[in-house]
Amino acid sequence: MSIDLQSLDWQTFRLTLQLAATVSVALLLLGLPIAYWIAFSRWRWKFLVEAVVALPIVLPPTVLGFYVLVALGPHSPFGRWWISLTGHTLAFTFTGLVIGSILYSLPFAVQPFAASFAAVDRRLVAASATLGASQLRTFFRVIAPLSLPGLITGFTLSFAHTMGEFGVVLMVGGNIPGVTRTVSIDIYDRVQATDYAGANHTAMLLLVLCFGLLSLVYALNRKTWLVHPVK
Amino acid sequence: MSDALAFQGTTTSPDLNRQRSATCLQADFRRHNGGFLLQVAFDIAPGFTILFGASGAGKTTLLDCVAGLAAIDSGRIAAGPRVLFDSTSRINLPAARRKVGYVFQMLALFPHLNVEQNIAYGLNHLPHTDRESRVRNILQAFRISDLSQRPAREISGGEGQRVALARTLVTDPEVLLLDEPLAALDTPTKAHIIDDLREWNRTHRIPVLYVTHSREEVFALGERVLVLDAGRIVAQGTPHEVMTAPMHETVAQLAGFENIFDAIVEAVRPERGTMACSIAGDGAPLVLETPLVRGGVGTALRIGIRAGDILLATVPPVGLSARNVIPGRIESIEQRDVIVCARVKSRVQIEVHLTLAARDSLQLAAGREVWLVVKTHSCHLMQR
Repeated sequence: MSIDLQSLDWQTFRLTLQLAATVSVALLLLGLPIAYWIAFSRWRWKFLVEAVVALPIVLPPTVLGFYVLVALGPHSPFGRWWISLTGHTLAFTFTGLVIGSILYSLPFAVQPFAASFAAVDRRLVAASATLGASQLRTFFRVIAPLSLPGLITGFTLSFAHTMGEFGVVLMVGGNIPGVTRTVSIDIYDRVQATDYAGANHTAMLLLVLCFGLLSLVYALNRKTWLVHPVK
Repeated sequence: MSDALAFQGTTTSPDLNRQRSATCLQADFRRHNGGFLLQVAFDIAPGFTILFGASGAGKTTLLDCVAGLAAIDSGRIAAGPRVLFDSTSRINLPAARRKVGYVFQMLALFPHLNVEQNIAYGLNHLPHTDRESRVRNILQAFRISDLSQRPAREISGGEGQRVALARTLVTDPEVLLLDEPLAALDTPTKAHIIDDLREWNRTHRIPVLYVTHSREEVFALGERVLVLDAGRIVAQGTPHEVMTAPMHETVAQLAGFENIFDAIVEAVRPERGTMACSIAGDGAPLVLETPLVRGGVGTALRIGIRAGDILLATVPPVGLSARNVIPGRIESIEQRDVIVCARVKSRVQIEVHLTLAARDSLQLAAGREVWLVVKTHSCHLMQR
């Protein structure tokens, strides 16, 4: 089986990569404070927030997509506010897709971030404080550098997860070429049109890409080789 | 000046006056957390004060409270005129603004930074040139200049202790907390670092609260001792004062009673000036002859016996003045520095300290049958 690069829809691919990049960068900015709070807060109802963050893992994408669609539409306060601001609805736009994807990939960024923050020795955090460092300085000089593998994992997982999402995109974005049509929807389209060869090429490329990204994550996170290669 | 080097270079002149006007650490607070109550009041003058107590007594929690790392329910902590915590006026300075230096038991060096970066960590507020010269001076004073570029995760235990001390001292704290920073070191290295610390404290007269459970460190460093037991200070004074009146069990351990037993007075013999006291043991109780104190038959008290005051014989001894001869069996024997500790199983477990020569000439080993000899006046009675 080979990948016939001629038959690929490059516009769709570029859009998918653009979406994944936007979402993973946004989740890095948004996920860090949420993960920090989850790792260090002593609030007794914290578990509720953790449950909400984890919801997209278990929820069918159609459920999440449905509520995001409702929230973005003209019948919700947020949707009305957006329309009054910009003159058009967020549903079936690239921005709407980004918002839906951020929610959908949230746990894939926040959970690795929070786990690696929680694994940082608390005495190092305490030492930083007694040496006069502010919380922000402690975060950037001690917590973040020591959590780097977790940060890379979260970033890559949210990128790869967004690359492959289907349900939320279909619900929120629809299937507008060049605006909201992503790779996974393209594959679905081709199968519907019984273009199995075309579907296979696109699917294979997505498979290879995701495998490559995950291999990168695990390679970066490995401590040492268990068996050293023989020279 | 002794072997320890000059530390004057680590203080810049504007700080010098503040350093000389001695600040005291005053604390009076309580903290209740998970069933453990810490309730203490103490004043610490500049110089070394030892905080002594068994593990679980609350020593580290006490330091965490002073440093601002653990929450306090109520009370007040002040370093000289600066109030660090006051529940009535709702003052609670964050750890970063308390100017309380803290060297942790596990050191907590930043593993991803090198030695120099670790030491410069607390000097972020200074201009670059100032920072550099301060780091250079403290590296020299602690004899670790050659380590400056080494990653913190690659240095040895003794080096790590010096780096951790230097990292804290270079920030010119107003109070210094040391949580068993030398516990893991061998005796010569320890003595060396203690000399350096003393020398530093001569030019930086700040209160130093030094946690230890080692008797040698109490006498090597202590100008004053606070004894902490179950969250309360049960004795304080000079090491000598605390030693001579060992009434409390923690103090007794400090004074060198490795063996402490609960006992009941069985018989009083005023004509001989002795009593017979029984200690509950496996099977029958162990009865010891002790000096006479006030209190009749049935009085509950404690008997403390120093491990070094007990004689050990490998055949049943005869013709002795000592009244207490206890048969037993060596359960374990180990060497600590230049003494040998033997745990002997009799009706109770008894620790005995011997010299290396005694161990070798008697060929003592685990499993050996022995007889312990305890003089009447080696049994020290304490209230219970």
